[in-house]
Amino acid sequence: MLFSFMIRRLGHGVVLILIVTAITFFLTYSAGIPVATNILGKNATPEAIAQLEAELGLDLPVGQQYLNWLANLVQGDLGRSYFSNEPVVDAMATRLPVTLSVVFVAAALMLIFSTILGVASAARPGILDSILQFISVITFIFPTLILGLGMVFLFAVSLKWVPAVGYTDLSDSPTRWFAGVILPAIVLAIGGIAALAAQVRGSMIDELEKDYVRTLRSRGVPERSLLLKHALRNAASPAFTTFSLQFIGMFGAALFAEKIFALPGYGTYGYQATVTGDLPALLGASLFGILIVVVVNLLVDLANGWLNPKARLT
Amino acid sequence: MTLPERQAELPLDTSHVEERRKGSFARLLRTPLGLGALLLLAAVVVLGLLEPVLSVHDPNFSSLKAVNTPPFSPDYILGADQYGRDIWSRSLVAINVSVISGLIGAGVAVSIGTVFGLISGYLAKRTDAVLSWLFNLVMTFPALILVMILYPITGGDYKIMMAVFGIFISAGIYRLVRNLVLGVRNELYVDAARVAGLSNFRILSRHVLYAVRGPIIIASAFLAVASIGIQAGLAFLGLGSSQLPSFGSMAGAAFLNIYQHPIQMLWPSLFLALITGTLVMLANAYRDSLAAPNAVPKKPRRHTAMPLEGDFNATDGGPRNAGGQYEAVGKGNLLTVRNLRVQYPQADGTYKSVVKGVSLDVSLGEVVGVVGESGSGKTQTAFSILGLLPRQARVSTDVLEVAGESIAVQDDRSLRRMRGSVLAYIPQEPMSNLDPSFTVGSQLVEPLTAGMSKKEARATILALLARVGIPDPVRTFNSYPHQISGGMAQRVLIAGAVASRPKLLIADEPTTALDVTVQAEILDLLRDLQAEFGMGVLLVTHNFGVVADLCDRVVVMKDGEMVESGDVRSIFHAPSNEYTQQLIAAILDENTTRSDPPASASLDLTKENAR
Repeated sequence: MLFSFMIRRLGHGVVLILIVTAITFFLTYSAGIPVATNILGKNATPEAIAQLEAELGLDLPVGQQYLNWLANLVQGDLGRSYFSNEPVVDAMATRLPVTLSVVFVAAALMLIFSTILGVASAARPGILDSILQFISVITFIFPTLILGLGMVFLFAVSLKWVPAVGYTDLSDSPTRWFAGVILPAIVLAIGGIAALAAQVRGSMIDELEKDYVRTLRSRGVPERSLLLKHALRNAASPAFTTFSLQFIGMFGAALFAEKIFALPGYGTYGYQATVTGDLPALLGASLFGILIVVVVNLLVDLANGWLNPKARLT
Repeated sequence: MTLPERQAELPLDTSHVEERRKGSFARLLRTPLGLGALLLLAAVVVLGLLEPVLSVHDPNFSSLKAVNTPPFSPDYILGADQYGRDIWSRSLVAINVSVISGLIGAGVAVSIGTVFGLISGYLAKRTDAVLSWLFNLVMTFPALILVMILYPITGGDYKIMMAVFGIFISAGIYRLVRNLVLGVRNELYVDAARVAGLSNFRILSRHVLYAVRGPIIIASAFLAVASIGIQAGLAFLGLGSSQLPSFGSMAGAAFLNIYQHPIQMLWPSLFLALITGTLVMLANAYRDSLAAPNAVPKKPRRHTAMPLEGDFNATDGGPRNAGGQYEAVGKGNLLTVRNLRVQYPQADGTYKSVVKGVSLDVSLGEVVGVVGESGSGKTQTAFSILGLLPRQARVSTDVLEVAGESIAVQDDRSLRRMRGSVLAYIPQEPMSNLDPSFTVGSQLVEPLTAGMSKKEARATILALLARVGIPDPVRTFNSYPHQISGGMAQRVLIAGAVASRPKLLIADEPTTALDVTVQAEILDLLRDLQAEFGMGVLLVTHNFGVVADLCDRVVVMKDGEMVESGDVRSIFHAPSNEYTQQLIAAILDENTTRSDPPASASLDLTKENAR
């Protein structure tokens, strides 16, 4: 049952990939970016441009071009960037880990701190609650961009605690990897922490007022267990849904973080591809973006099934 | 299957936005936060509008002499950037860009969300399914990345980009409107027959738009904030016209200069923070003004020994002898309660009494009934003894003795120690009293593991499950609450209550939520267990039939007061109080389920049992 559910979800993912890449393809095409001219420069002869267009398959009808791309995709070939000539698959393999590092560290920070904040303010309304409200306003006031710039200024420029820029692979040096990703991760996480903590707090308050908590309390179950085991477990399901939305949103916001902290990530790659009309690169980036979204949604659904016996796929 | 149901990404909490938003805007202006934010925002917007007057230089004019001029120089109030452009003049234009971005983004999102929400909710069925799927789809993608993918066709115009962004963030509004229409739609069905064709949709849309305007206004502020942030971000990255001064592009230019002239970073950040910050604060203040028309009094802690005020005092506190003293506390008494009072804070700052001086005694092996209608305070009485009242309740007693130990009713710690050893509780509604996320077995075993091993606890519970009449204990042990029936669940709860071998069992309407056939079985079970374990039982019920069946003595309650108490037999045969007579009359109809209140008795049915 679980297997067929996953197959169905992956099937949805395939449909999504077809829809989004097709839209991307046709929209980029209709934007009419003179790719061959961009590659060869403005002084190139019309013959040279025509020849290059033929080589890249740009002279074919647009539908044919898209089908060609799909046919290559099935064989695991995403083509090469028009400009760097680097295979798109290789570029993804070097750039995705950078972005995923930042996003995963940010997600971990978000989960840990929003759970602590949310549970604490639900259990002890009062001062903590006010602090949480204050934080959420502050994070809204300072968008990711401003927050990132401020962090660079404070920690890298003023205090010189961490390098302002650069990424080291995890396998090369875990400590330098962490030093490289922690600031962008904090920048990404802060907005999400406030939103998620508010969600956790709300769900926790709802759960703590429910009958079963009172009945468990009547049997002498300690308050700590009521809070951290029973109420939290039941509050986790809605919080997870918010978390997944925040998580996906972070992939977008990661672009700012990458730019500010000069990380050679997935976002900057997609950004470059967009600006230059580098269609193979853009399609590859879209494809992996969708894959990540589909996988995250699948994991959230599985987590929800595990958390909530009623939603379990039996 | 479509995508899973998603919660709105935006804080569109409609729960506390009800029909009391009259004058909420005026109220907003009375709060210092709301007024301050509004004035600040208005000031910034006016600065932008006066740009032609206030601008000193052409915003794109570069002067070599002015490169990196520090702020507060003549002619360059905020200084000049590394290209020698006047930051003040650029900021004025950038204010307008931000304001327009916010207006377009929020405007498009609200229009699209509202229109499609109305269509989806009104047409329902297939249209709704398709539209919901589409909006869910849009919601699962990072809007920023979609805007970037579409960047080439927008031609770099920030207004078009914001319109595109608005489409992608419309899902929250869509869901809000759609869910409301779906709800209202069903209510309107009856009337719909009478209303002629076309006007139907108009009624619906008017009704709905009126109801959701509060949340939409709040959401608009957040959508505008998101749009302004995204516009700044895109401009920071360099997406968009290089000729257009905006806070994003200004921040981008300053960022390149951050080591040499960090002060240039300050101005765009400050203006952006001002605009988005005041918007968020306005939205929060507006939400507060919708949620709380009157100031809600601070919740007092239970521990603070505040004197109870109200329409009662210690002199009408229950059974006394001629000398005005309380009756002596009997030996072997399991539970002694004298003059129990419970109050709740009201919205207007006063306190409402729900239990007004109740006194009770339960001896070992005795079954005492507490009878009364909904709102009579009987459940509140039971919860007070268990220490399970909600946090905001104020409770006090003159005497509370449990198993020979005198404790203060406000003393959480002592009551907690009593629960799970001396005191036990059987709730009314079986299903909602089991934790849905844990198996029946694990939540029964948990309280016992404090005193025995997990294995012993499991064996004890399995034996008890068999004892309370569950046919396949192992199977039930491993089941989740939603997999068992209501009757089974009540047996499970009874097993859970007696598992700790309590001396006093407090049962709150233990059969009310069950089928009539199951009710009798559960009552039999309670009687057997009471005899077997020799427990005292305090049985809360509205049903005199149950009292006659099970109880030795009875206390009759009405409106938080005791109206009569004594031996069941004598009260049954010769009820002295008129209200008691009515309650007894109610069972002569062989009506064993919850009955309507007697017509002559004026009862407040709005006060529901639990809280």
